[in-house]
Order: sequence, then structure tokens, then C-alpha cells
Amino acid sequence: MDTRRHFLKGVLASGAAITTAAVAPPARARETHNRPADALGLLYDATLCVGCKACLTACKTANGLAPEFSTADHLWDTPLDTSAYTFNLIKMYRNGTMETKDAEVNGYAFMQTSCMHCADPSCVSACPVSAMTKDPGTGIVAYDPDACVGCRYCVVACPFGIPKYQYDSPTGKIGKCELCRHRYKDGHYSACAEVCPTGATLYGKSSDLLAEAKRRIALKPGSLTRYPRGRISAPDQSYEAPVGKYLQHVYGEKEYGGTQVLKLSGVAFDKVGMPNLPPTSSAATSETIQHSLYGGMLMPIAVLGVLGFIARRNVHDEDDSAGNGKEEK
Amino acid sequence: MTHHQYASPAPVGGSLINVATLVCGVLIAVMASILLVRFFFGLGAVTHINDGYSWGMWVVVDVMIGSALACGGFSVALLVYIFNQGQYHPLVRPALLASLFGYTLAGGGIFFDLGRWWNFWHIFWPGYVNVNSVMFEVAASVTAYILVMWIEFSPVFLEKLGMRDAKKKLNKLLFFFIALGVLLPMMHQSSLGTMLVVMGGQVNPLWQTPVVPLIYLLSAIIIGYGVVLFESCVAASSYRRTIEMKLLNPMSKIMLGVLAVYLVVRFGDLVLRGALGEAFKPSFVALSFWVENICFVAPFFLIGNLVARRNPARLFLAGVAIMLGGILLRLNGFLIGFDTGPGWHYFPSFPEVMVTVGMFAIEVFGYIIITRRFPVLPREDVPVAH
Repeated sequence: MDTRRHFLKGVLASGAAITTAAVAPPARARETHNRPADALGLLYDATLCVGCKACLTACKTANGLAPEFSTADHLWDTPLDTSAYTFNLIKMYRNGTMETKDAEVNGYAFMQTSCMHCADPSCVSACPVSAMTKDPGTGIVAYDPDACVGCRYCVVACPFGIPKYQYDSPTGKIGKCELCRHRYKDGHYSACAEVCPTGATLYGKSSDLLAEAKRRIALKPGSLTRYPRGRISAPDQSYEAPVGKYLQHVYGEKEYGGTQVLKLSGVAFDKVGMPNLPPTSSAATSETIQHSLYGGMLMPIAVLGVLGFIARRNVHDEDDSAGNGKEEK
Repeated sequence: MTHHQYASPAPVGGSLINVATLVCGVLIAVMASILLVRFFFGLGAVTHINDGYSWGMWVVVDVMIGSALACGGFSVALLVYIFNQGQYHPLVRPALLASLFGYTLAGGGIFFDLGRWWNFWHIFWPGYVNVNSVMFEVAASVTAYILVMWIEFSPVFLEKLGMRDAKKKLNKLLFFFIALGVLLPMMHQSSLGTMLVVMGGQVNPLWQTPVVPLIYLLSAIIIGYGVVLFESCVAASSYRRTIEMKLLNPMSKIMLGVLAVYLVVRFGDLVLRGALGEAFKPSFVALSFWVENICFVAPFFLIGNLVARRNPARLFLAGVAIMLGGILLRLNGFLIGFDTGPGWHYFPSFPEVMVTVGMFAIEVFGYIIITRRFPVLPREDVPVAH
């Protein structure tokens, strides 16, 4: 009977401990973060992109990145995807006869792939050593190799597949777009936007870029409008061009709580490699679970107290000295 | 207080040089030479990991599965010290030893995979720590648990070295370390599941759920008992000892109880989230889901009644089924049901596999040496193993 009573007590106490520890209702749900007020970003307009890849070249130069070869002659820098040595890439969508630009059927289109600088980035939440950080002012998601342990949780966590690792190096680093933050002090901005001849990649404050994106999708296709180039604020480098056929969707306005890089396209975003994402971030879900369980370490300490109390009663003398005393030696 | 009579632990004895230890030695040497290449030329030189599947076998098998298979010590401690089932005491030391090795190796194995391993201390350094990171919690808690297990196990060494005073002092505090030794695995075994959450929609809905910490925790407890069944049978047959049927039989019944709770939570969650439809798609991922869950259901058919539980072969098979189910639960979540988009594939390279094999060889090697020389397994009045 005694054993049974103890057993039941143990079951009750531990059951309660495990249950509270594992399925406690989120005490303080962590909301999805929004873009900082002065967040910086890019607006990529696929209808303006001519696929010249000047952005790729400028990015490589600005960031001191080695070329990557995918052809036998090793003559040209021809990366097939972003990598730890290629932070920015223009990919092409092709369908059928490829007659019409920005048409889903029998058409073709371009899409830029680079870091989206999420309002609530998974990589920053995942990183155990704060090597991935989000600047509270500019919102730029930055990487510090001196802090990084190389666990690559950021690589696995990112829904856009952006942080990438140098597997060919014994001291490999993560590589990703940091919006050329190292060039700001010289009066420069993101190299990809600086060199874009059509303004398909435009640099500026995310709030201004979002307003510009909404202005564009509200225009009548075929009508004329002015498109800024370089950065959205002065100096004016704008030019007049006909309005493309836009989807009524600014990618990055709401995805994962919003991203600082925004995109416009004529072809469905999931067809050009941009994933369908919910308006809430997975970082928020993950941190809600984590902080419900470990906030202030209250729950672990309480469970330890219960376990310690029970263990103290149950660790018998014979347990302590198991084997001892009965040994002949 | 209840007291139980049981045989005290004693060294098995016998030679340390035999086929098993020699094979292990060769496998460990192979592993060492592969790791040399990895540390001089980078991860890509020996592994097939890539930016789509940046976590390969060394993370998912060596660390995640390795630590889950090392939960025997945790599950038995839970039974003996928290549920006060003292009769299972002879299982404590062998289980703890296997856990000690499993975790120490899983912890050490992280260094093979860390791309910038010389910075590892940042994980514990206040200026660097990110308390929002699930991985931080896992790393801190696993490290603490490894230390706690060495302390829990130290009476074995103190006995051998005849340090009775030190052992007495330690015994006074042992209950605290035992409590920690139950709490810490609860923390990181659940968090190993939570690590999936931030990956969002890349993880198939069959494994991406907010209750994943509970699922991983329950599965770790069950795997702990499964591993004890497995190890007891293997140790008994290879050392030609009698199987502790009187203990394994009721323990396996407890395992079935926890397993029933697990299956209710697992399928209840799938139904409530409406994710079960994924399991009926004609895909390899769905097939892998069913194999995983058939493994978890199999023990009810293998050892569902008392007669069946008296059969050591069935207990062994039930243990193996649970281990396979637990292995698949983790493989499915982190690799098979993980999809980063078109164009990415991962299958481990031969050297990658050999490093994992080498890790298990170290474990077997260490287990043989310690059980033959230190008082771990219950004393038996039969001739010493050859």
C-alpha cells in the first residue's frame, strides 16, 4: 500500500509538473513584430526589370565577393542561386513560347532573390549567440562573423532560404545581403539599387517604398507614369514609362508581419519563387512557446522544487550506497 | 519508506581486448581520419549538407536522435526516484551509464558540425546569449545535464577508488542532482522539438505543431524505456547473463501506458489541426509518417498482454520498435518532412555516415570497458563473461 501511495503521489506531482511545463497556455503571447518606423529596404518591380544583372555585379563588387562558375570554361561569374558568395540574384520564370513579358502563360518574367529584411526575422530569433541581429533603427538584419558559432540554425530557419554558409572553408561564414550598410558612411546606399538602369530595384525607407508600390498597382496598365531610379528620395533620376500589368499584391507588405524589401510582379509570387507566408511570423510562435515555458525561469524552478522534494524522500540509504558495504573488498 | 532487495552492482570482469572492442577501435580510427579532413578543408569536403539541408546527419542523428536514445537514464530515474519504484533500482546504473555516454558524445559531436567551433563559448557568454533562441536553451540545458550525469555517476568511480568520505558527502546532495537530472532532460528534450517551430511552413504539418514540445518530451520518455529494454537484452545475451525479466516485464507495461498517452496527444493534435489529410497524400513523406507511427503502435501488439511480456524476444522487439519510431519522428521532422523548395536534396555521404558509426562505436567501446571494470551491472553468481 505504501508503495502504491507513493507511486500515486509521484504520478500526480510529476504529471502536474509535466503538464504545466509542456502545455501551459501562452501566458504572454509574443506578438509578431512590425517594421521599425525608419526601416530601410528595397522595392523590386519585376515589370521594370530587364534582367541585365547589373545588380548582381555591383553587389559582388560592393561586398568583395568571389565569382561563382557554372559553365565549363569558368570565364563568367554565373551563379545559379544565392549563396554565401552571391547575395543577390535575378532568376527567370519561363512558360510555353515565352512570348510576353510578365505573363504567366506563354510568357517570361524576372524575380530578384535576396534578403527580405523581415520585420520579425526567423534567423534573428533562431541565432543562439546574437550573430544575427536586427537594427532597431534601420531594421537591417545584420550578421557578425566574430560572434557566429556556425550552427546554421539561421540557414534552416529562414523561409526565403537566404542566410547561406561557406561549406568549402574550414572557417566558413554565413553570407547574406545587409543592404550595403557598410557603404552608408560614404554617402552610398544599396549597390544593386544604385546601378539599376530601370529603377526595378529601388532603395529607400520601407514606408515610402510601400506607398510607391501601392501607387503603382493602382495605376491603369498601359498608362504613362514616372518611375524613380536609384533611391526613392532626391536626387531625382526618374523617367516616364508605361505601367505594367501588376498583380494586386505588394509582396512583403503583410507576409510574416511584413518585410522591408517589397516586391511587385505580374506573375503569381509562388510561381516566381516567393513562398506563401501567413501574416504572423514563426519567430513569434517559437518565442511564445519558449517564454511561456522559461519566462523568468519560474516554471523550471518550480518543477525542480517539486522534483527535489520527491527525490529527497525517495533516495534511500540503500540507493546512496548501492553496491557498497556488500562488497567484499 | 519501502526497501527492496536486489543484487548490488559489480564489475563484469573479463578481457578488454576482444572482437567487439577491436572492431570499435577500427571504426573510431576511420572516424578520426574523416574528421581530420573536415577540420582542414571544411564541412563540404566530407558531407553532403547544403544550403537547402544545412542540418544533415551529424545534427539530426548524432545530436537529436543520439540524445533521445540516451534518455534511458532519465526515464529510469523518473521511475525510481520520482515515482518511487525502488524495485527498478538495478536498472539505474546501466541506464545512467548509457545516457552518460550518449549525451557526452552528442554534446561533443556538436563540435564536428559547428562551422565556427572556436566561438562555441559564446553560447554561454552573457554578452552573446540570445534568450529568444530555442537552440540556446537546448545547448545550456544539455551541457548542464552532462555535468549532472557525471556527478550522478561519480559514486561508481569513487567506489572503485575507495574514496568513501567523498562519496558520503556527495550522497547527502545526490537527491538534488537526481532532481536536476530529471528536470534538465524534460527541458531540452521538449525544446529539441520546439526547434522545428521557427522553421515554419518548411516543415510538413504532420510534424509542425505548437504542441511539438510535449510530443518530443513524451516520446523521449518512451524511448528511454525502449532503450532500457533493448540494452538489457543485448547486455544479457552478449555477457551471457540472465535477463532481468522481473523488472523489464512491469517496466514495459509502464512504457505502454506512457505510449498510449503519446498516441492520444499525437493523433489528437493532428485531427484538431486538420493536418491528418497530409498523411493520405501519395508521397514518400506520408509513407514515412505511417512507418513512424506503426513503430509506435507495434508494442501494443508485441507485448500487449502479460504472457507476451514474459517473452524476452518480444520485449526486445518492442524496444527496437520504439527506438525506430523515435528515430523516425526526428528524421521526419528535420529531414524527410522538411522542404526548402525545389532543387534541394540531401542524402548523407559515406564519410558522413562513417562519422556517425564511429560515434556509436565510441559508445559501445566505452560501455564495454566501464561495465567490465566498474560496478555498474547487477552482480550475478554465474561464471564471469569470457
